[in-house]
Amino acid sequence: MNFAVLVFPGSNCDIDCFKAVEDTIGQPVDYVFHTETDLSKYDAILVPGGFSYGDYLRCGAIAQFAPVMAEVRKAAEAGKFVLGICNGFQILTEAGLLPGALIRNDSLKFRCHQVDLVVENATTAFTNAYAQGDIIDIPIAHGEGSYFVDDATLATLKANNQIVFRYSGDNPNGSVDHIAGVCNEAGNVVGMMPHPERAVKDILGSADGVRMFESVLKSWRERNGAASVR
Amino acid sequence: MKAKVYVTIKENVLDPQGNAVQGALHTMGFNDVSKVRIGKYLEIDLATNDRAQAEAQLKEMSEKLLANTVVEDYRIELEG
Repeated sequence: MNFAVLVFPGSNCDIDCFKAVEDTIGQPVDYVFHTETDLSKYDAILVPGGFSYGDYLRCGAIAQFAPVMAEVRKAAEAGKFVLGICNGFQILTEAGLLPGALIRNDSLKFRCHQVDLVVENATTAFTNAYAQGDIIDIPIAHGEGSYFVDDATLATLKANNQIVFRYSGDNPNGSVDHIAGVCNEAGNVVGMMPHPERAVKDILGSADGVRMFESVLKSWRERNGAASVR
Repeated sequence: MKAKVYVTIKENVLDPQGNAVQGALHTMGFNDVSKVRIGKYLEIDLATNDRAQAEAQLKEMSEKLLANTVVEDYRIELEG
């Protein structure tokens, strides 16, 4: 299974994502620059955290028009696995691949600490190794991570089981309905503010993010059959 | 032709920056300040002098990039 980690000017969690794939599931992974126009060899695309294009105008606003994003759109529509983390989540919402928008934390503070998440949907490509209702410990690091959708969209998200993670207990940013992560209707595109790639070893404070990477490998194997497993 | 684009957070969306500034104004004694909203102001020079064409372009720019219409409204002013 081939992984792409996108690199925009200002991405700063790209190395973490790359290492997380290597260390958790040991699959081939490449850095893919924002100017790339062919993602056909990749089965999963990770859109990492950071401050793409300096977050000028709005977080993720400029990145949505990078050449590589046209390919990400095609990959998402083709059912390939796409995970946006933090700034990557902001980019995917700006690109319209996920509903909603991320706005400034209600506290106005940059929040950087461990949070407990509830796994609300354990059927997506990135969460099927968890059980629904699992509480997992994953760090956050963001100033603009308050997820917003209008009431009608929220009702749709609930009806379609598109809420993937909620904050358990304290809501660190004021997001609507304590939402920390959502998916598209098909469940192959997931976006979240917390950083699972920073929670892949106990020495980092938690290894609860490992199962996200195991999930996507499992999804891919289920889709492609045992014959193509390397 | 010069254009001004104002991007503001929608009324039903929390504006923590605006609230913080309102709090500061109250601290300064400006207790009559009942609300502050913070937005963005963009000045755009266009090569065209065709008003209709400029408006159409600015609308497209605003909806695709300058404003995120999930959480923001925008307003365009054309000069000249």
